[in-house]
Amino acid sequence: MQDSVAGNRLVAFFRDERVLRVLAQILAGLLLLGLFYFLGANMVSNLQRQGTRLSFRFFTQNSGFDIAESLIEYSRTSTYVRAFTVGFLNTVLVSSLGIVFSTILGVIVGVARISSNFLANRIARIYIEILRNIPLLVLLVFWYRAVFLKLPRVNNAIILPGPVYLTNRGLGVPWGIPTVTYDIFLIFLGAGLLAGILIAISAIRRGRQTGRMPIWLPWSLLAILLFGVVGWFVLPQPPLTLDSPFVGGLNMSGGKILSPEFMALLSGLVIYTSAFIAEVVRAGIQAISRGQVEAASALGFSPFQTLRLVIFPQALRVIIPPLTSQYLNLTKNSSLAVAIAYPDLFYVSSTIINQSGRAVEMISLVMLTYLITSLITALFMNWYNNRIRLVER
Amino acid sequence: MNISRTQTTNVLPPPIERFTLLGWLKKNLFGSWVDTLVTLFSIGFVYFVTATFLRWAFQTAQWEVIAVNLRLFIIGQYPLAEAWRIWLGVHLIAALIGLTWALYVREISNILGIGLLVVPLLLALIDFSLFNRLNLIGLSLVGLAGWFIGRKRTAAIRRISVWSWVLIFPIFILLVRGLFPQGEVLPVVTSNLWGGLLLTFLLTVVGIVFSFPLGVLLALGRRSELPILRTISIIYIEVVRGVPLITILFMAQFMLPLFLPGGLTLDRVLRAMVGITLFSAAYLAENVRGGLQAIPHGQYEAAHALGLSGYQTMVLIVLPQALRAIIPILVGQFISLFKDTSLVAIVGLFDLLGISDAILAQPNFIGRQAEVYAFISLIYFIFSYNMSFVSQRLEKSLGVGER
Repeated sequence: MQDSVAGNRLVAFFRDERVLRVLAQILAGLLLLGLFYFLGANMVSNLQRQGTRLSFRFFTQNSGFDIAESLIEYSRTSTYVRAFTVGFLNTVLVSSLGIVFSTILGVIVGVARISSNFLANRIARIYIEILRNIPLLVLLVFWYRAVFLKLPRVNNAIILPGPVYLTNRGLGVPWGIPTVTYDIFLIFLGAGLLAGILIAISAIRRGRQTGRMPIWLPWSLLAILLFGVVGWFVLPQPPLTLDSPFVGGLNMSGGKILSPEFMALLSGLVIYTSAFIAEVVRAGIQAISRGQVEAASALGFSPFQTLRLVIFPQALRVIIPPLTSQYLNLTKNSSLAVAIAYPDLFYVSSTIINQSGRAVEMISLVMLTYLITSLITALFMNWYNNRIRLVER
Repeated sequence: MNISRTQTTNVLPPPIERFTLLGWLKKNLFGSWVDTLVTLFSIGFVYFVTATFLRWAFQTAQWEVIAVNLRLFIIGQYPLAEAWRIWLGVHLIAALIGLTWALYVREISNILGIGLLVVPLLLALIDFSLFNRLNLIGLSLVGLAGWFIGRKRTAAIRRISVWSWVLIFPIFILLVRGLFPQGEVLPVVTSNLWGGLLLTFLLTVVGIVFSFPLGVLLALGRRSELPILRTISIIYIEVVRGVPLITILFMAQFMLPLFLPGGLTLDRVLRAMVGITLFSAAYLAENVRGGLQAIPHGQYEAAHALGLSGYQTMVLIVLPQALRAIIPILVGQFISLFKDTSLVAIVGLFDLLGISDAILAQPNFIGRQAEVYAFISLIYFIFSYNMSFVSQRLEKSLGVGER
């Protein structure tokens, strides 16, 4: 143990931990850079052999392919950028609708899963177990090819009251067609929204001052509704006319026709994700200790008040983080649209790859887009989570 | 203890709730009017679903497509002459399951254990070829043999079982692939002939086995105090977790060949395996990180006090505990990877889903989508449901979270 006596003797530099750490990092960094250089150089030389090189210039050329559904104007003479935007908007559409519907369905199933009603409980459990144990892709393909495409032909469509037409060409539903007064009506709605927000703000402010939070949501909604109704009847002509679908020859016209691809993707995503959300909701509610419920009922809360004021706010804190990851999963899973030919971001991009041969550029761009979307969703949900977090003193 | 015995009123026991059918119905189904409404709605729902399903399954559906193509579903285009190699691999796995069952689950009088024993025997009753039926019976016998060996529960058997689980998957892959390109024994079966459930299973196993070391390294990197290493790990994990698996599979199919030096090519299956491994590693890293976080700091300090180096602390003290804690989570990841491998059908591989599309293209079976997809859903369901059941058992018997 003589070494330890020599207190400030210099350790050989290759044994000094601080030096070693820096060295290890530099080494790791260099290795990684070397790997990237190796892969990049290979790619450049491989691309050169094919007679191309990385460039996004093709993006402003004409795409030359059609897209079945689009939220914005698009034709085969539009540019690749336009096609990519169409795909992105379709992904946003399906994901946001999917998130809304799967949350509703998921909460219902999750509550049924812990309900005291024997039948509801078992049905929810079977539903969850089946959906959690088969792959989403199989579900989607089944839904698309064995259900939606197997619906009857247009000329003997199943007609549900509404009228809603179920055919193998899609789902025809009644839809509002804007008339000349539509734009003015939107102004009315905007004013209603403003009034609703003002009511909410003033109510919350009053609640903060007095310590008794008034119920403001119904009043806000009522304000919006009031403005809408007044606008509808004050205007000389109703802003929307109801247009019902009808069968003309071999096709449906009128109303809104939802394609089988869209319906299959949306319903598949909603059903699949709702099973996972149901489990999240169940876990969140069960995380609330029984004492909370008993204390609430001892204080004279009704069951509904208990749910609204005691269980739900607390369960929400447990639910939000896993719910976020379910939302992110749903958004990422919407890329499986490629298997059933719904023109989402990924499907359109793979068509662009086929059309232009630009695999590297397109795949990188698609990954970046999904990454940014995921990050934005995650940031928003983190912000929300922080807002409702238990503030400990 | 006579002091405390005082003459007070006799305390009556709480009333015994007697089980009556009417009482049960009232309590569980018709408690309030809401309850009644829910019950009635549920009955209608169950009736509708069951009736529709039964009518379809026994009247509309034509199941020959499954019976005729069963071999394609299970092993794809794998040559029939070499099918014994797969059977051998499955027998090894059955023996190992029996052994592990005896070691960890204890009671065989367990519905799943009985099921594992009986199902192959029941399957053997179906009109397969004699070879397959004998093999199915053999499966039960081998499993039972493993169970009898495992019942001794000596430390040596425990150690053997752990190592066997580590070794079984490389052995299985070698058996399937073969050893000698032109040899008489174990000739190589090229991967474009692998298909069906076999390919699904192999992709899952390769994904887990190869992503394991990578995932552990990434998890350690993410917790490391060295900023560059940590940044690299975080970027890798977050990027991979932020994009859909299908983009990574596309990258592996279309971009990977570009990244390799000229002349070096990988076949499609191998490329998919690379993609799945890279994908799975990021998720595994997060799971391992969870396990690492569960190790109390005292363990590090104790190891330090005993004079262990940082490396020794990690390998001998921390990792064994962390990995043990996350075994059930790993089974969960195995299940989701098993389901996720269906995505390789999109890039043109003939896994369980891919081969289904090929079968549906046969002129005899046009329009049999519902039957085929229902059948493969059932296969996926049986495997993942049983695995999740086993993982719950494992959680109990390992006492995870109780120490």
